[in-house]
Amino acid sequence: MTFQTHTGNRGLVLEEKLIFEQGEAGRSGVDLPDPEPVKSRMGGLERDSDIGLPGLSEPQVVRHFTRLSQKNFGIDSGFFPLGSCTMKHNPRLNEKIARLPGIADLHPMQPESTVQGALELIDQCAHWLLVLTGMPAVAMSPASGAQGELCGMMAIRAALDARGENRRRVLVPESAHGTNPATAAACGFTVDSIPATADGRVDLAAFEAKLGDDVAGIMLTNPNTCGLFERDVRKIADLVHAAGGYFYCDGANFNAIVGRVRPADLGIDAMHINLHKTFSTPHGGGGPGSGPVVFSDALAPFAPIPYVVKTENGFHLVETADEKDGKKPFGRLKGFHGQMGMFVRALSYMKSHGADGLRQASGDAVLNANYLLARLKTKLSVAYPGYCMHEALFDDDFLKGTGVSTLDLAKAIIDEGFHPMTMYFPLVVHGALLIEPTETETKESIDQFCDAVLSLVAKAEAGDSEFFKNAPYLTPRRRLDETAAARKPVLRWTPANA
Amino acid sequence: MRYLPLTKADRASMLETIGAGSVDDLYCDVPDGALLKEPVDLPHHLGEMQVERDMVKLAAKNMGTASAPSFLGAGAYRHHVPATVDYIIQRGEFLTAYTPYQPEIAQGTLQYLFEFQTQVASITNMDVANASMWDGATSCAEAVLMACRATRRKKAVLSGGLHPHYREVTETYCQYSDTELAGRDGHPEHQATADELDDLIDDQTACVVVQYPDVFGRLDDHTKLADACHAKGALLIVVFTEAVAFGAIKSPGSFGADIVCGEGQSIGNALGYGGPYVGLFATTSKLVRQMPGRLCGETVDQDGKRGFVLTLSTREQHIRREKATSNICTNSGLCSLAFTVHMSLLGEDGYRKLAAINHERAVKTADALDGVAGVEVVNDSFFNEFTVKLAKPAAEVVEALVARGIMGGVPLSRLYPNRDDLGAFMLVAATETNTDEDIAALAAALKEVLA
Repeated sequence: MTFQTHTGNRGLVLEEKLIFEQGEAGRSGVDLPDPEPVKSRMGGLERDSDIGLPGLSEPQVVRHFTRLSQKNFGIDSGFFPLGSCTMKHNPRLNEKIARLPGIADLHPMQPESTVQGALELIDQCAHWLLVLTGMPAVAMSPASGAQGELCGMMAIRAALDARGENRRRVLVPESAHGTNPATAAACGFTVDSIPATADGRVDLAAFEAKLGDDVAGIMLTNPNTCGLFERDVRKIADLVHAAGGYFYCDGANFNAIVGRVRPADLGIDAMHINLHKTFSTPHGGGGPGSGPVVFSDALAPFAPIPYVVKTENGFHLVETADEKDGKKPFGRLKGFHGQMGMFVRALSYMKSHGADGLRQASGDAVLNANYLLARLKTKLSVAYPGYCMHEALFDDDFLKGTGVSTLDLAKAIIDEGFHPMTMYFPLVVHGALLIEPTETETKESIDQFCDAVLSLVAKAEAGDSEFFKNAPYLTPRRRLDETAAARKPVLRWTPANA
Repeated sequence: MRYLPLTKADRASMLETIGAGSVDDLYCDVPDGALLKEPVDLPHHLGEMQVERDMVKLAAKNMGTASAPSFLGAGAYRHHVPATVDYIIQRGEFLTAYTPYQPEIAQGTLQYLFEFQTQVASITNMDVANASMWDGATSCAEAVLMACRATRRKKAVLSGGLHPHYREVTETYCQYSDTELAGRDGHPEHQATADELDDLIDDQTACVVVQYPDVFGRLDDHTKLADACHAKGALLIVVFTEAVAFGAIKSPGSFGADIVCGEGQSIGNALGYGGPYVGLFATTSKLVRQMPGRLCGETVDQDGKRGFVLTLSTREQHIRREKATSNICTNSGLCSLAFTVHMSLLGEDGYRKLAAINHERAVKTADALDGVAGVEVVNDSFFNEFTVKLAKPAAEVVEALVARGIMGGVPLSRLYPNRDDLGAFMLVAATETNTDEDIAALAAALKEVLA
């Protein structure tokens, strides 16, 4: 666009300075009463220097963050088919419930007698997760999917230690999310990569060949990161158990099978559930998440503190790692009791759907993904044959010779008004495009997306690579220089005269 | 179901395009017998009104801090959150966004993260801060692991003044990484001196961890300890649980701390029964590449305009896999936005005044309790939280206060269930939310209970 405005603003796209560049001494967005003079009891440690925070009035703050929000794309803005992230509708009812008096204003250290409803809520949320997975135990406290993995792998480590076995090798498919190997390493395990077959699943023969008496277990994502159900999952479970190891399932993609397949029926020992994916607690621009972990009987005793138990006198929160009633907790993962605000939202979501609605949700998610797959495979190259689960995976073979990369295509998709798919993940597929429509999209929006992508592919095939190299054109900022950002990191604002 | 838009006709036509007979056919890879034919044994779907009714019933079984005078602290603090904060964080463009992997359409998230990092670095007086961690306790554990990486040493000294949950999480994180944790039990009537901690530092010590204000509410100047650490090649980690404090007390950066981390809940975030909260994490420029978690950095776009991106991701798990600095993937995005908005409203004057009010409320509370027979304020120094020694077991006193409609404090037996020597102690926190009437009610109720 050639025409420039005086302000740099472009209609509804408004330039916005940092708050630090707008502050004036003497302004504030709060009215606080003057404290009564008291003799300081801070032991001579009173602050004696300025902090450097800007002063803004309330209307300035509201406008600042409103303008910033308008530079963001969210699920509320439009179709957001970011594979492996499950960007489904976030119901506002759940936000309302999380803010109820008696929930939002509970202090984590209140006496048990004053929080019986909160403990019952955690217990109810746990019950839904247990029935949906068919598993006997659950640890609610992990803060996120990655911490859920840590929880599961620490339980495996603790179980091995209790058996007096020094097994340290963990088998991880090469298509796994980066958190899997990072988590295994954090528990003192070494990572041994399992190759994939031509159809995107674990190579069973290669897996079997790697088993041995030093194998602690396998970390397997199912449905896997290629959006496929691991057909041999039961054989994998049987083999790893026969070899004396445990089966950790990365449950990031539980949303594809919830209400239709119980992980317990597949032979798993531990699985985390991303409440922010399957049960739609908001992603919030990168958290907070929540990652409860379900356990088999073999691992249940090692689950971390705290946990809720039901007694004759109501609900009780166990906060000590003492060994009792057959429990040997491996420790504590988080301050207080876990992401309560996410349990509230997830329970509200589960109650809204019910057993029937959750089953419908997973079915529609898989149907939407397969419909999108069927429509796009006319032009795009499918990574693996057959039906997919909740997301469709393509490689960049269809772009060969066009001079257009997966990244370029993604940036052009932004100009069409969609959030792009996940790019270059999983790493096992060249130039991967991972597309997850979710069950809360209409057929119309999926059709519009497919039409747009197909027209862009036609444009690429027609030889207009320059158009793609310079996309996006219509965003508040165009392509950003990430190399420069990393070479000389500027991680905070500093005053010009500093 | 109100969230699911596909109609029967949609489903039929989509299956036809796919070439499948039914949705069950799409699940053909599921092993025999594992594909359920009927819904699981849970209630069926409910309308919005019914769900709300169910949840309100659960909420009504609790006694919230908004409905009773409350003096609870111990790592989570009740503060007034301006209405603007909740309005902003509920805007869909923030609430329903993902991690800003496509920076062209995520400048909103990225710019506030840059502002957040600057605010956190400013209040702690450190060079840089990351885009947040899960909470204070996990920040502490990650700081210890970071110090071990940075110094290539395997021992950490934890002060007895560290919050027990932070200690337990750190122990849990370190238990499988050959990291040795040293330190003595804390006691509200004995404050460890820099010399006592210095004695525990040797040539294998990666770091010393102190809390400021400590778990019993006490303040201490850690400049001497920082020097002692540095003389032996170790790092000083200063942990905090009350982010409002730095509006009134000297910053950890001014002591010479190498890593400052803790809980940011106090600014902008509801108590919410313990989570989600937001871990703050700051360090020196020298150590930035050892930092865990996401970082937002400034750059320019292809038209030369200033913009922001996630940066230094070569530290992170999606690139480094098993060699990553941490397995952390998400941050605490929306909670860090709440922090940023609240802090923007406060500004320099508001933040410092808020801190001054908190101190004033705590001094008034301490003075009122000191006048009650059977109550002794233990602390010589404090910000907005202090420890009292009671003439009766603190856990029983707390229950008796609840019966009188007052949440008077956290008994140390709750935090240290295996320490019989701490049964008489209770933590009392006061913030701007506590009125003179609250303070008088607490003093009067304690007088009754302890009589």
